[in-house]
Amino acid sequence: MTKTKSKLGKLTWKNWILFAILFVGAFTMLFPFVWMFFSAFKTKADVYSYPPRWVPSTWDFSNFRKVFDMIPFLRYYWNSILTSVLQTGLIIIISVFAAYALTKLRYPGKKLFSTFLISSMFVPTVVTMIPLYLIVSSVGLNDTYAGIVLPQISTAFTTMLLCGFFESIPRDLIDAARLDGCGHMRILFRVVVPNAGGAIATATLFTFLGAWKSYTWPLIITTKTEYRTLPIGMKYLVTESSSEYQVMMAAALMAILPVLIVFIFAEKQLVRSITLTGLKS
Amino acid sequence: MSDHKKRQRKVRLFGDVYNLSEMGVGTLLLIPSIVFLVFTFVIPVIQVIQLSFTNYNTVTGAMNSVGFSNYVYLLTGSSSANFYQALGHTAVYAVVRLSFDLTLALLIAVMLDSKIPMKKFLRASYFAPVVVPIVASSLIWIWFYDVNIGPFNQILSALGLPTSKWLLGENTSLMSILIFSIWKGLGYNIILFLAGLQNISDTYIDAGKIDGASNWQLFWRIKFPLLRPIVSFVLLMDFIEAFKAFTEVDVMTPNGGPMRSTMLLVNYIYELAFTNGRMGRAAACALILFVIIFVFTIIQRKIGANKTVDYD
Repeated sequence: MTKTKSKLGKLTWKNWILFAILFVGAFTMLFPFVWMFFSAFKTKADVYSYPPRWVPSTWDFSNFRKVFDMIPFLRYYWNSILTSVLQTGLIIIISVFAAYALTKLRYPGKKLFSTFLISSMFVPTVVTMIPLYLIVSSVGLNDTYAGIVLPQISTAFTTMLLCGFFESIPRDLIDAARLDGCGHMRILFRVVVPNAGGAIATATLFTFLGAWKSYTWPLIITTKTEYRTLPIGMKYLVTESSSEYQVMMAAALMAILPVLIVFIFAEKQLVRSITLTGLKS
Repeated sequence: MSDHKKRQRKVRLFGDVYNLSEMGVGTLLLIPSIVFLVFTFVIPVIQVIQLSFTNYNTVTGAMNSVGFSNYVYLLTGSSSANFYQALGHTAVYAVVRLSFDLTLALLIAVMLDSKIPMKKFLRASYFAPVVVPIVASSLIWIWFYDVNIGPFNQILSALGLPTSKWLLGENTSLMSILIFSIWKGLGYNIILFLAGLQNISDTYIDAGKIDGASNWQLFWRIKFPLLRPIVSFVLLMDFIEAFKAFTEVDVMTPNGGPMRSTMLLVNYIYELAFTNGRMGRAAACALILFVIIFVFTIIQRKIGANKTVDYD
C-alpha cells in the first residue's frame, strides 16, 4: 500500500496517456449514475425529446411524488431498512461470538466446526432455496419479517473475515485480562471487540450492503405488497409505472442514496475487506 | 484466589488437556452459529437431495418417490431441451463474462498501478457499480436499452448506423445482459488485481530492471506469474458468480426474455419451482448446478495448486 502514498513526481507523457484512457473508462462506469441523477428531475417531454437531453430543461421534483403515488415506496423502504438492520445485527453478533471462540479459546471439536462452516460457503443459495421455502411456508412464516430475515442468516463469510482480524490481537492481552480476573464475556466485550472495532465496522458495512441489495429470497418469500423490500418493489415498478423512465430514475436515485453515502465515507474499508478475503484464499 | 483456581480446572479429552471453563464458553459461543447452520444449511441440503427423488408438485399436491425420473426428465429425451438450452446460455454467459472480466480488469489494474494523478477517484469510479443494488442499476440500463427512447439506439441512429432491439431481440438479449453484468462486476476484480500488484515487492521489479527487462517482459515474466494465485481465484469466483446469475436477468428480461433467449440455469430453476410448482424437478436441477460448480472448483484447485511461484 506504500506505493499509492508515494509522491507523483514528474509525470511523463506516457503517464498522461494512461490517465486519459483510465479517465474515459471511469466516465463510462459512472455515466449510468450521472444519467440517472439528471433524469430523475426530467419532465416526460425531456425524456422523449430527440436529440436526447442530458440536463433537464426545467428541474421537476414531481417524479419523486409520483413514486410515492404509484407504489408504497416508503413502506418498501422501511421494510428494507428493518430487514437489513436485523439481518446485519444477527450475523455480526453470531460471527463475533464464533470468531472469538475459534481464535482465542481452546476446546475440542474446533476443527470439525471450522470445516462445517467453510463447507457451507461452497453450497450456493440456489441449492438450499427450495427446501428453505418449503420449511418457511410449512411454519407459516411467508410474508413476515422473520421469514425474510432468518433464512438469510449465513455467517460463514463474516466469521472467517473476523477470525482473520481477531488472530492479530495478541494472546498476551487476553492472558493479562484473565489474570486480572476478567471472565470470557468481559474479555470479549472489553478487550477483543474494542481492539477489533474497525474490523467489525468493516464487516458490518459489508454485510449491510449485501442485505440491502438482497433479491432472490425476498422475491420468493413475499407475496403481499406490504412485505416487499425495496429491490422487489422496484422490480415491479417497471411494469407498474408502465415504463415512465423519469419516475423509475427517481426511485432508483432514492434507493441508491444510502449506499452512495456509505460508499463515499467508507470506500477504503470496503476495498480492504474485499482484498483481505480475496488474497487470503 | 479460590475463584481464580476454580477457573483453572483442567480436563483431559481425546489425549489433550483443556481448561474446563474455556471449553464451556467456547461451546456456548458456537451454539448460535450451529443452530443457524443446521436450519439454513444442513437440513435444506438433506431435503433438497430427498426432494430431487420425488415428484413434489405444489400445484397438484402430489408427493411420491419417483427415483431418478427428475434427472431423466432434465437430462434425456425431448423434455431435456429446456435444461440444455439454459445450460448452453449459462455456459456462453460465463465464458464471455469471464474473458472480458479477466482481461479488462487486469488491463485496468495494471494501468491503475502506474504513476497517474487522481488514482483514488479513478479506483472508486470503477468500484462504484459493484456496491449499488443490482435492481436499481438494472432500471437505468433498461432505459439505455429502450428501442425507441434509449440513448444507445439514439446514438446509433444519429451516427447513421442500424439500431438494435437489445433486450427485446432474440439474438441480442443475452448480449445486452452480458454488457450490464461486465459493467457491474468489473470493479470487484480490478480491486483484487490491484491489491495483488501492489503486494509485489519492489525488489523483484528492480532486479528485473537491472537485468534490462522491458515493461512488457516485467509484466509477463515477473508480475503475472506472481499474480497467478489471484488470477485463478478471480477465475473461480467469476465462474461461480456467472453460474449463479439471476437478479439482472429476472429484472431486465422477466420470464426468460424473448423466445426464452435469456433463460439461465437459475432462472430455469426458479421457473420450475415457483412458476410451475415442480419442486422435485427444481431440486434436481439445483443439484446438477451444484455438481457443475463443485467440479469446476476441484479442477481449479488442482490446476491452481500446481502453478504457484515463489521467488524467495
